[in-house]
Amino acid sequence: MHELSIALSLVEIVEEAARRAGAERVVAVHLRLGAMSGVVQEALEFCFPLAAQNTLVEGARLEIETVPLVLACAPCGRDVQPEEGSFRCPFCGAPSMHIRQGRELEVTGVEVPDPEPAMEER
Amino acid sequence: MSTLSTRLLEIRTGVLSKNDQLAARLRERFQAAGVLALNFVSSPGSGKTALLERTLAELVRAGRRPAALVGDLATDNDARRLERSGALVRQIETRDMCHLEAEMISAHLDAAGWNLAELDFLFIENVGNLVCPSGYDLGEQVRVVLLSVTEGEDKPVKYPVLFTSADVAIITKLDLAEACGIDLALMRRNIEEVRPGITIFETSARTGAGMDAWLAWLLARCVEG
Repeated sequence: MHELSIALSLVEIVEEAARRAGAERVVAVHLRLGAMSGVVQEALEFCFPLAAQNTLVEGARLEIETVPLVLACAPCGRDVQPEEGSFRCPFCGAPSMHIRQGRELEVTGVEVPDPEPAMEER
Repeated sequence: MSTLSTRLLEIRTGVLSKNDQLAARLRERFQAAGVLALNFVSSPGSGKTALLERTLAELVRAGRRPAALVGDLATDNDARRLERSGALVRQIETRDMCHLEAEMISAHLDAAGWNLAELDFLFIENVGNLVCPSGYDLGEQVRVVLLSVTEGEDKPVKYPVLFTSADVAIITKLDLAEACGIDLALMRRNIEEVRPGITIFETSARTGAGMDAWLAWLLARCVEG
């Protein structure tokens, strides 16, 4: 269970980005999470609100985009998506250690309130 | 009802980027000092400390200068075991942390006051855990995953994330293989299934079986590095 450490790092990054932009709070956080990141999505979702307490991120939504494992298959000369739990090309069966994507654990966006109030009266 | 108007700040930052940056700096330091840093990962009780005890002692005997940082949640038992080898050893007590981070390595290297230029090897024994250490780069040049014969043949396919991040796999407690009825060929195949092309050693720290090949590999890497 290292998701609390991950959540704390995540909140720190998001808070810094929000502060730099002059925002007073964060509405949503967009995260890309790879199938091979070693992070359990449910555990991270559980830890995120705890880590966000008493920060600009408190109350923010966590929107997770999961990224499947993609390997480079040398014999086929292309990127392939193996079956779950496998590191073999689903077409030719060759094993591959070249992970193209699936290790992602990155913040891609931070939603903050718009400084201009919405023109509701007009 | 009005919906809240928001704007999107587009950033692209790895959640562990701070750790990664610190690890990259550590790696540069290790390379500049000519020290080979290895990060040992495995489940608890797979024999990391026993293998290191023997490895450190053999390297000291061969006139090399190894050092070790040992991570555990509590106690300095492992450090005291390893010190008998004559190597420089420092315990990292993580308290409740299930893994080591680059910052701990940096802080403990500073606190130990070792001159890296006078070392040939730095062994980092991670906290026994097959999941959490995988995402944390410690600045090592080589990640070594250990798997004891008592853990069963299918551990690699059950915990692929850690195995796919490793450069070397060591099957340990070879002296117990027969008692456990382990299929070593199947265990090797399972390691290769999640990490094709990985270098695999089979060792017994108790009998010394397989230690020569492992030590020869280490010494060759040290000369190259």
